[in-house]
Amino acid sequence: MSSKQKLKSPYPSSLLLPAAVLYIVLFFLPTVVSLFFSLTRWTLQEWQYIGLENFRLYFSEEYLRIGFQNTIIYGIVTSGMKVIIAIYLASFLTSKLRTTGFMRSAIFFPTLVSTIGVGIMFTELLNPFGGIINRGITIVSGWFGLVTEGPGWLIDPNLLPILSIAAVDIWKGVGIATLLYIAGIAAIPQELYEAAAVDGASNRRQFYSITIPLARPAMFSIIILSFVGGLRSFDLIWAMTGGGPGFISDVLASINYKQYTSGYYGLATAGNVILFVVVSILVFPLYRYLSKREVAL
Amino acid sequence: MSNRKISFKRKNRYRPLWVEITGLILTISIFLLPFYFLVVNAGKNSEDSFRLDLTPPKDWKLLENFKTVLMDNNWELVRATKNSFIMTLFSVFFLVIIAGMTGFILHRKRDRISKVASVLILTALVVPPAIVPTIWVLQRLGIYKTMHGMVMIQVAYGLAFAVLIFKNFIGTIPKEIDEAAIIDGCTGWNLYFRIIFPLLRPVTIAVGIIATAAIFNDFTNPLYYLPGNENITLQQTLFNYISRYLTRYNLLFTDILYITLFPLIAFILFNKKIVAGMTAGAIKG
Repeated sequence: MSSKQKLKSPYPSSLLLPAAVLYIVLFFLPTVVSLFFSLTRWTLQEWQYIGLENFRLYFSEEYLRIGFQNTIIYGIVTSGMKVIIAIYLASFLTSKLRTTGFMRSAIFFPTLVSTIGVGIMFTELLNPFGGIINRGITIVSGWFGLVTEGPGWLIDPNLLPILSIAAVDIWKGVGIATLLYIAGIAAIPQELYEAAAVDGASNRRQFYSITIPLARPAMFSIIILSFVGGLRSFDLIWAMTGGGPGFISDVLASINYKQYTSGYYGLATAGNVILFVVVSILVFPLYRYLSKREVAL
Repeated sequence: MSNRKISFKRKNRYRPLWVEITGLILTISIFLLPFYFLVVNAGKNSEDSFRLDLTPPKDWKLLENFKTVLMDNNWELVRATKNSFIMTLFSVFFLVIIAGMTGFILHRKRDRISKVASVLILTALVVPPAIVPTIWVLQRLGIYKTMHGMVMIQVAYGLAFAVLIFKNFIGTIPKEIDEAAIIDGCTGWNLYFRIIFPLLRPVTIAVGIIATAAIFNDFTNPLYYLPGNENITLQQTLFNYISRYLTRYNLLFTDILYITLFPLIAFILFNKKIVAGMTAGAIKG
């Protein structure tokens, strides 16, 4: 008995069991069956095989083209801007300041606040009729002798609504990106800056030649995390415009939710598969490209 | 020589005062002004809040508004608070326990399973979950629209990120510690829970904080998997109030303020730990 016990591995696979069961039953299995149910008309009780009809329907609608476009724009704009703004904020906040702690806290706090709450708050700040931002624009332009009414941030019939929502997303999420950068910058050996200073490199030169290249792993994490988050984003958009006006600010995730609430389960699942393919096609090559250049994530 | 001294000094000197003040003003007006707007408008009566401006209320109605919001719809907000807390606490508890064990085995056992697992983890981080089929599975299991089901979903969706962080951290714990315990006959579950888990405290806190923020603020998953009035969570109430308090901004903002209070208190109490935890998680992750 005791010899048998010694043969038993000290690292039994049974410790993997809970995670494996949850992952397989609640994530892997649904993903696999979604491939099948996207080819059906489905009521959750009964299904009827209809081939690629759902996909044909999906692609024939104009709103899908807009949703597609918005998803990509939203993903690129939010992740791109977060990376750019965060590196400047982080480099400012790692320099010697008297109120570093306060500023870091202020920038970071929005990341902890409810997305829906932030969405509602900014919907009112961006209100075209008497919202503070537009009133501010009118006042400031008045100083220069102009009478300008601010744009209809969330009700404009073009790209403005999705870009406004993206801006709020950046406002809320830039704190995490900045924090990652700060950690990345803190890991850079101080001697490098000292050596550069000896060689007469200016602050600006030090920033572009030391900080940016050496904080690259942090940059890659930020790009991947926020790009994935941006492509899958739903709650902020849903709280601010509900995809509207019309379907001007819809993204794939909100279109899928609309199909779901209308009871088109097969169609919603097809939309899910499309989102899944879009995210995979964009993110996995990016991930491979970035991790080839440096180990990220 | 003198040149060198000057450059050294520059690195250690404070930024000029005007730079710092400009930074401070920008930080406050961009990141804190919206919250100020929230507070003053939550403190007004309906008429005044309708103007949506930054002037403080003549007399503060915050407590009154709070009472109205709290009692509205048969104390819905109280139920929602309870549900949100139950969902968050149980999800985070099980997530931390299960992800730690998984990270431990995946790090220590370098075999085919752990190779497959890393691919699965990366997939789960990137690929959006298939929502309607998940509802179908939950229905088959009889846990759709239940808190049990919701907690399991939160754990399942949080696993990839948490396991990754745990696995990386466990890499810093020397294997000699395991070996010493194994010689003393402490293996498997005992080895993990008696010896390893206590050593994981910093990363457990980090994962716990990240997961708490994410799950407490989660709107989408309860929307799909936990519908129904009985199960309503705080984020759901907020969304419903958009149409219910269409023009009564003071009540809408009071509700936001109430929900924001929880992260604010947590932030004030654990500021350092949160920042350290978030950074550790994200960089190692």
